[in-house]
Amino acid sequence: MTKAALQALLSHWWRNPVQLFTLLAGLALATALWSGVQAVNAEARASYDAAAATLGEGQYDRLVRRDGQPMAQETYITLRRAGWLVSPVLQGRLDGVRIVGVEPLTAPAGIGPITPAQGADIGSFLTGQGQLFANAETAAQLPDLDVIIAAETALGAAITDIGVAQRLLGKVGQIDSLIVLPSQPLGRPDLAQIAPDLLVQPAQGGSDIARLTDSFHLNLTAFGLLSFAVGIFIVNGAIGLAFEQRRPVVRTMRALGLPLRRLIVLMAAELMIFALIAGIIGVALGYVIAALLLPDVAATLRGLYGADVSGTLQLRPSWWLSGLAIALGGTAIAASGALYQMTKMPLLAAAQPRALAMAAGQRAKTQGAIAAALLVVSAILMFTADGLIGGFALLATLLIGAALALPIILSGILAAMNRSARSVTAQWFWADTRQQLPGLSLALMALLLAMAANVGVSTMVSSFRVTFTDFLDQRLASEVYVRTSDAAQSAALLDYAASRADAILPIQSADTQVAGQPTEVFGARDHATYRDFWVFLQNAEGAWDTTFAGETVLINEQLSRRAGLVVGDTVTLQDSSFAVAGVYGDYGNPIGQVVMSEAIFTTLYPDISPQNFGVRMPPADVADFVADLEAQTGIPATQTVDQASIKAISLAIFERTFTVTTALNVLTLAVAGFAILMSLLTLASMRVPQLAPAWAMGMTRNQLGRLELLRAVMLALLTALVALPLGLALAWALLAVVNVAAFGWRLPMYLFPADYARLAVFALLAAGLAALWPARRLARTPPADLLKVFSNER
Amino acid sequence: MLLSVQDIHKTYQTADGPFEVLRGVDLTLAAGETLALTGESGSGKSTLLHLIGGLDASDRGQIWLQGQDIAALDDNGRAALRRGTVGVVFQQFNLIPSLKVADNIAFQARLSEQYDPKWAAELADRMGLGPHLNKYPEQLSGGQQQRVAIARTLAPKPRLVLADEPTGNLDETTAATVMDLMLELVSEAGAGLLMVTHSAALAGRMSRRLHLRAGQVA
Repeated sequence: MTKAALQALLSHWWRNPVQLFTLLAGLALATALWSGVQAVNAEARASYDAAAATLGEGQYDRLVRRDGQPMAQETYITLRRAGWLVSPVLQGRLDGVRIVGVEPLTAPAGIGPITPAQGADIGSFLTGQGQLFANAETAAQLPDLDVIIAAETALGAAITDIGVAQRLLGKVGQIDSLIVLPSQPLGRPDLAQIAPDLLVQPAQGGSDIARLTDSFHLNLTAFGLLSFAVGIFIVNGAIGLAFEQRRPVVRTMRALGLPLRRLIVLMAAELMIFALIAGIIGVALGYVIAALLLPDVAATLRGLYGADVSGTLQLRPSWWLSGLAIALGGTAIAASGALYQMTKMPLLAAAQPRALAMAAGQRAKTQGAIAAALLVVSAILMFTADGLIGGFALLATLLIGAALALPIILSGILAAMNRSARSVTAQWFWADTRQQLPGLSLALMALLLAMAANVGVSTMVSSFRVTFTDFLDQRLASEVYVRTSDAAQSAALLDYAASRADAILPIQSADTQVAGQPTEVFGARDHATYRDFWVFLQNAEGAWDTTFAGETVLINEQLSRRAGLVVGDTVTLQDSSFAVAGVYGDYGNPIGQVVMSEAIFTTLYPDISPQNFGVRMPPADVADFVADLEAQTGIPATQTVDQASIKAISLAIFERTFTVTTALNVLTLAVAGFAILMSLLTLASMRVPQLAPAWAMGMTRNQLGRLELLRAVMLALLTALVALPLGLALAWALLAVVNVAAFGWRLPMYLFPADYARLAVFALLAAGLAALWPARRLARTPPADLLKVFSNER
Repeated sequence: MLLSVQDIHKTYQTADGPFEVLRGVDLTLAAGETLALTGESGSGKSTLLHLIGGLDASDRGQIWLQGQDIAALDDNGRAALRRGTVGVVFQQFNLIPSLKVADNIAFQARLSEQYDPKWAAELADRMGLGPHLNKYPEQLSGGQQQRVAIARTLAPKPRLVLADEPTGNLDETTAATVMDLMLELVSEAGAGLLMVTHSAALAGRMSRRLHLRAGQVA
């Protein structure tokens, strides 16, 4: 019995391959978008975990100096002698690699790949030139050093003995922090007695980077979920229509003696098998999407947060298993309603498709009530939402409420058009479109979500772009930037430029730590460029005057937020304390920054001489200046970059960071277009009985085909009109609520009508293309097929 | 006695309130006997057929089929009855469009696990369906489709065949041919046949005739 029933059920798909393709493709695409985003997230998180495991970030209490400066090695010895079980750590950058010095004999287990079992030679590690451990990607950046490849080491970091690190980093006798081992002997002296300048930084239960990037990943996850929701609309539509089409067959099979329970189990099993197949395809597609997105995500994370994320994707069981689970779960959600209705369907119920009457009656009323309730909640949240959870609740209620309201809005518009129609063809067209609406509504909801997401996210990104461009204009004020390779070149440049430039602004910096945060300190020359162009987010009166006078410093927003420093607080650098006079915006910089006067910088960091210079001059003179530079000073043109180029490079980096969002936007819109195509194809066979009478009464098949095309484009247009205000509301929510919670700053919202118009054209094209094939098929329907409608009515 | 129906009642809820479509119907049918059920539209003929076939449940009364009370069966029991003991021929054929003719003929017999390939082939041959076994239902005429439906019903060798205006969708000549075949095969199998029809000519070919009026035997 089971075999015969299963054969009958499966034969439906064999005879309707397009419908099977719709189902599998919809589910596979939904899974692909979801699992692609999840793969990227998983890879990034694995990188953070590797960093945490390698560096012990957040896992142990640490001792640091109150002023954030390195401590002397003697402090460590004093603590050990007093009974404190501590282990020293020193960090610094060498050729772009984070060198981490640890002491293997006292470090807690799990910090760094330093066990002999992994091939380490403790003797070499501790003595002579010393050994470093790094993964292959990082090791390639240190060609002159003896680096052992250890794959699990965090990207961008190399572990070595602290003595070697001190030598490599030029910090002999210095320690950044002391790891406090979990078990300490009883009765050891109080820290205040033996090292009063140290304080305990408690373990944080996770790495800084993981916490910093949580909001970014939450954004990605939300986008993945939105894409999955769009995909589930497709699957729901495909399953719903497949059930509708099979209602007569289901009735027949039951009439011939197949028990209802067996039928339900078989249909559920059939769908789960399809879900598994589509899930496998989707996970594979997701892998491809993730592999394409990951380099850009890695660039984004590096650009925004300074997080090092591997650009190579690994197949993690947790990821592909969750991909399959979401495919099965999504199918179960989409199918549960249809299966439940089947259990309630009386055996002798009329077998005509019910889908076309879906919008009628109680169902439409319930949907309308839910939509209204959700939109009211979203309106309340707009004024009250605070934090990321509130922000995402606002987005969810807004989007779902609007999606559920769409069929009702469209039905109202179509009814109004029908009332105002004059010709009989127009009347039939509007009435027929309204009757079609329930069958297409899921696809149109998917289109609405995709378009609104496009409008919302592109508005946010473009607003960010405008703000960022203004920021670049402020910060890249010099017309030419020159890098010198040694002091002789620097002197030659200064001589050459003295008579040809309005001003030469040395750009000199030193790496340090402020309040435990990696920070660059800049020495700035007193010049109007800074006063004229830089914009403060918060500042004291005469901030530039006091800074150039050497009394105060300025810090960037990142340092302000991460270290909790505001105007008036004190920063200690090289044992000198300075009040903070201003906080400036510093988009794209991953680490903290301090600006002080050139004179103070030279005093505090006497060994550092500037090798980068900004040169102010009339823009028209730039070409001649650069052309003569090499002949006069020997500095090649490759060591110069003009303002326009550096702005272009900066913008390019910025654009890259949002490639992920753009790619997801395009994919979501493509999926929505696909949803329309599949809905129209699935509905096509059900349309014949509705169109045959119109054909019999004198309309040509070509006319009917053209009207089908027009119908799809017109519905897409109406959906676009609803999507625009929804997208703008979404943009507002992203900028005013979500971004404030995620990044800590609020950006002004700009409008981009040309972008919206272009998007609407794309949506219409997508709908038109989606309708082309079904319309063409309809126009070519043999008259015999149309006649069958009447012969079957006998 | 193959079939015994005693005091069957059935009421439907309609927009205008409850409508009692059957009001105490009694009938009997012996094995090998054929019975025509006639009556005006709405007299309860099809409803009675559905109750006997286990497609629906009565409100009151008893239906004994081969000594078993159908009214007492649950959904699974009635499904088992439809698979093996009773065969129903519908006016609308109700073939499975995605299965080929051969598979449609075999379908019910395979459900009841009483599939006999030789018998199915003989049925197809005698119904004139041999050249069409690899076609799909949509490729057949109405008369051919009804012959497939009859072959499907007879393939599991049911003890009782119920037919609801089986030739209602066919022209006169085709209807006569189909009826000849059905009567011949039912007679050979020694099964009972209960047929709903509006046609006096068809009713005249049955061994007995029962007329329903307003839910009661007239």
